[in-house]
Amino acid sequence: MLARAAATPPAVGSSLPRENHTVSIRGVNINIQGLGYRYSTRGKPTFSNLRLESQRGEALAIIGRSGCGKSTLLHIIAGLNRPTEGSIQFDGKTVDGPSSRWVMMFQAPHLFPWMKVSQNVGIGLRFAGWPEKEKAERVAEALRLVELSDYAETNVQDLSGGQQQRVALARSLVMEPELLLLDEPFSALDAFTRASLQRDVRSIAKRLGFNLIIVTHDIDEAVLMADRALIMAGAPGKIVHEFQVDLADPRQRQDPAVQSMRARLMDAFHAAAQISGSAAQEMEEEAISGIA
Amino acid sequence: MRDGTAATAIQPSGGVLKGTANGLVNFFAGLTILFALWWLAIYLATLDPAASHWAAFGPIPAFKSLGKMWESGLIANALWTSGYRLGIGLLIAIAIGVPIGIVMGRSKRFRDLSNSPFQLMRMISPLSWEPIAVIMFAGWDPAIIFLIAIASVWPVIFSTAAGLAKVDPAWFKVARNLGAKPWHIVTQIILPAITFDVLTGIRLAVGVAWIVLVPAEFLGVTSGFGYTIEDARESLEYDHLMAMILVIGAVGYVIDASLLMLIKRFSWHKQ
Repeated sequence: MLARAAATPPAVGSSLPRENHTVSIRGVNINIQGLGYRYSTRGKPTFSNLRLESQRGEALAIIGRSGCGKSTLLHIIAGLNRPTEGSIQFDGKTVDGPSSRWVMMFQAPHLFPWMKVSQNVGIGLRFAGWPEKEKAERVAEALRLVELSDYAETNVQDLSGGQQQRVALARSLVMEPELLLLDEPFSALDAFTRASLQRDVRSIAKRLGFNLIIVTHDIDEAVLMADRALIMAGAPGKIVHEFQVDLADPRQRQDPAVQSMRARLMDAFHAAAQISGSAAQEMEEEAISGIA
Repeated sequence: MRDGTAATAIQPSGGVLKGTANGLVNFFAGLTILFALWWLAIYLATLDPAASHWAAFGPIPAFKSLGKMWESGLIANALWTSGYRLGIGLLIAIAIGVPIGIVMGRSKRFRDLSNSPFQLMRMISPLSWEPIAVIMFAGWDPAIIFLIAIASVWPVIFSTAAGLAKVDPAWFKVARNLGAKPWHIVTQIILPAITFDVLTGIRLAVGVAWIVLVPAEFLGVTSGFGYTIEDARESLEYDHLMAMILVIGAVGYVIDASLLMLIKRFSWHKQ
């Protein structure tokens, strides 16, 4: 596998695993200890002494209100921001910057509008200096995974919001990451599109074996996508609750097991001491509007 | 698609050919009307026998001498020398204007500081620099190139800065996240993102430079469009004069149309 060598051109023409193809498990063991971050030296820390572990191939959700520091945490894990204290280790190696091995998907697709879909998807490989032919094969595979093969030559500005976010997903997948970080990536989409993307991202991650860390304020998203959910709250932010989401795939929103898991997670959220009643109320409303 | 929302697929437009045909018809019809009005004006003017010398200013003598002037190499010579001055002047304006525009777009402090001096200097008629240019430079050619450059640099600066303002900072974050090195950010993100605006600036610059070029060539030099017009006036070859004016219009039109095509090619903004 060239999972570990996405930044260098392959020795032999390789591509993302196809359907019905035996996939060796990739992914990464994540070990975060004593992590802290403050924007300015005098200010209050966004979070401090944070501990987080995740196993190879796990899908982890971090739930919290806006402003609890979960998005900052994700940027730090991605290597886009530096922590002010503590360390992050992937498979025992310290993270000290961005890498194509751990790729982040943002709230908005942020596609490059002067490029076609295929060029957008291939941009990371282009940065890494891949030869045209291998790049084209990889891009085609990634587009197949997100079901956008017919749109390779389309201008990204002609795509719907959901399709654009799928292009952003393909752009991340093409790097064959060990870890995909998602910063509320579907919050701007309509409910149907969001549901299909939640399902697809989880199934692709499980099929290819890479880790997921999803930051969200949407409890449904956590229930539908994660193996484990962490609730982050307070200022400075800390992880106040941890939840195993043991549900069979594919997960359907109306499934009673999913519903009861959702209720338990919501209860846990209410129980979190730091959260005010109004904040929990807000979460509840958001979750309900997500269903509708 | 699984997504509930359908994308607007790009449909092959059946109207493209028809549109081009219409465009060509309008192009020639418009020019025909222009030349007809020109002919009519000269015809009416020369009805009075006292004004018969105006006949040389008509379109027919102009077109006739156009062929002769082309054969004698007069037009090619003017094209070459004026084109050289214009080209070098524009290159200097781009070489200076694009980097300044990038700094202006990136640094708010520079933008705030440079606003008043740049706006003031922009409003100085480029030709008013002519006496200074003549003193500054030994030859006429460099002086004219200087005038072209100083006329063209402003639109290039302001368009580049405006283009940079439209660059989404998130693009840098995405690129870095996907392994972009600093030079990738410049060559793959910034430059393609602002090419459209830089070209728009160059198009405006060419418009100004083309206007400045002819009067700048009225003095001193012995070649170029301005000189050729002035020379035709002095030797009373009015048909030559009008032919040269036609050439100036046509060449300017072709340059502008080519730039417009380039701009459309590099435009990624959707209406």
